[in-house]
Amino acid sequence: MDGHVVLAEGLEKRYGEKRALDGFDLAVRPGAVHGLLGPNGAGKTTAVRILSTLLRLDAGRATVAGLDVARQPREVRTRIGLTGQYAAVDEILTGRQNLEMFGRLFHLGRKRARLRAAQLLRQFDLEAAADKGAGGYSGGMRRRLDLAASMILAPAVLFLDEPTTGLDPRGRGEVWQAVRQLVADGTTVLLTTQYLEEADKLASRITVIDQGRAIVDDTPDGLKNRVGGDRIEVVLRERDHVPYALQAVARVAHGQPEADMAELRVHAPVADRVGSLTEVARFLHEFGIPVEDIGLRRPSLDDVFLRLTGRRTEEEPTPDQAQDTKGAAA
Amino acid sequence: MSAQAADGTGRTYRRRPRHGRLFWTVADCWNVVRRGLTHYRRQPVSILWQLAFPILSVLLYGYVFGKAMQVPGGGDYKTFLMPGMFVMTVTMGFISTATIFVHDSKKGVIDRFRSMPMAPSAVVAGRGATDMIVSCAELGIMMGTAYGMGWRPDGGIPFVKAVALLLALRFALIWVGVWLGLMLPSPEQAGGLFAIVFPLTMISSIYVSPQQMPHWLGQVALWNPLSSTASATRALFGAPTGTGTSWPEQHALLLAGVWPAALTLMFLPLAVRRFQKLSR
Ligand SMILES: Nc1ncnc2c1ncn2[C@@H]1O[C@H](COP(=O)(O)OP(=O)(O)OP(=O)(O)O)[C@@H](O)[C@H]1O
Ligand SMILES: [Mg+2]
Repeated sequence: MDGHVVLAEGLEKRYGEKRALDGFDLAVRPGAVHGLLGPNGAGKTTAVRILSTLLRLDAGRATVAGLDVARQPREVRTRIGLTGQYAAVDEILTGRQNLEMFGRLFHLGRKRARLRAAQLLRQFDLEAAADKGAGGYSGGMRRRLDLAASMILAPAVLFLDEPTTGLDPRGRGEVWQAVRQLVADGTTVLLTTQYLEEADKLASRITVIDQGRAIVDDTPDGLKNRVGGDRIEVVLRERDHVPYALQAVARVAHGQPEADMAELRVHAPVADRVGSLTEVARFLHEFGIPVEDIGLRRPSLDDVFLRLTGRRTEEEPTPDQAQDTKGAAA
Repeated sequence: MSAQAADGTGRTYRRRPRHGRLFWTVADCWNVVRRGLTHYRRQPVSILWQLAFPILSVLLYGYVFGKAMQVPGGGDYKTFLMPGMFVMTVTMGFISTATIFVHDSKKGVIDRFRSMPMAPSAVVAGRGATDMIVSCAELGIMMGTAYGMGWRPDGGIPFVKAVALLLALRFALIWVGVWLGLMLPSPEQAGGLFAIVFPLTMISSIYVSPQQMPHWLGQVALWNPLSSTASATRALFGAPTGTGTSWPEQHALLLAGVWPAALTLMFLPLAVRRFQKLSR
């Protein structure tokens, strides 16, 4: 296994003319969360589906827990858990019935399936709702049930495909907590996400994927440093004030300040978040410069992208996702 | 696969691979069936919802329109109608096959099954077995209802044959349902299947004999697979069958066997291919 639980080399997957994966490489070390970060349509789901034996690959080689996904799919399936983009649980059955059904289908036998279900309900804090229909669960609870179902065999690798998309902040927090717990217990997690913040919070290593190819593999800090970390941003009312703002921002900047004359926006990377905000606000106030907006901005996936590829992420986010991004940046 | 194997994290998991592959395929099937039956245990009313349409049809046609409905060549209309309702019952059943499949595939449940070490064939076979069991129960309820309304069929071997023909039709429709369920783009569309089933049941001999329809419509109805099963089971139950002299009516019993076999031969491979295509 050369120390990697997931190893992918030159994965290719075509849909007609479209290359969903185009020479994708990935190496995941055991015992941590590995983030797979990329915009809509980058190929994250395709990669996860190939690694979890749901899709056949056109070219390349991939092993999970040392087993070849193309040649030993059945064996691979005993070592993995999968939580896809939807919470794949039976909504008519109760939480307990769901876990017992999946346990039996994992070939635990009836008695052990029952024991394991009870154990997982406790672990994922679902005991109170265990005997209620999963259709009535909140988004976060359903996700946790979904995670619990993926953990029945205590798999070597857990694939999580955008586990928090569509969840409110509370549900998102619950899922993050559950994932941290799993990792503490020794599971390796491959997490796909569109949010840098999520990858930052959970992952110890991040691979950025774009157009079916891994473009960077780095630690969250390394990645943020490439992008320049947090930025201070001042939006002005008048064009003439831009030089003053540049001067104010330069005093605290941790890099080159930049001005966007069309939007009257001045921004620069900073190290001391609150300190620089206070400093710039005080400076502008003293010079009597009216400000439309001032604030700190975390680098978004968009910034990472712009920096790494020189272009913006292509697809327009849907209103729902736009809201999520805002929520994640707040 | 050993009973206890170390995974990448150095922990162990415990499965029971002591048995062969066939054992596990059957066991997986059974567990999928259990799931399907548990649905009905948790929502027993849903079976009545599925039967509401045939039962209402019996009441509407049997009682409200009863006097106005004529069977060519004479005979009691209600006795004529009942076998048609049984055909209707098994036909409507395929909507539930398609519905659960479209749900499971769009909500990721089928993906979860496929990512597990269970037999992939059990996903489809288990569903089919569940539907056959449920159909038996539905037919039982419908026949009980019919009996309550005074329906008195011939018993013995012909009765068993009639039930077998009804179940053969249901079996064929499972594959149509699975195929459609995997084709439909969203669960909402499953409800729309009713719009296909309804005309299919109307333009058949379920309610009236094709002789009583406009000529061209009658021709369509004559060759409708549902008509063959309806006519054949009428004859077997000892109900009036109308006075049709056309080839399909004269050979209803043969066609009631041939049609389901043909549908199965066509849609079973299509459904299986569609299922395998999920990994492409
Ligand atoms: N079954 C398919 N048929 C045709 N094209 C597909 C299919 N599945 C994926 N694609 C295409 O492959 C590319 C990668 O898709 P994929 O779903 O892997 O992206 P993703 O990174 O998961 O995106 P998202 O963030 O939207 O989930 C996309 O351009 C998509 O349109
Ligand atoms: Mg995706």
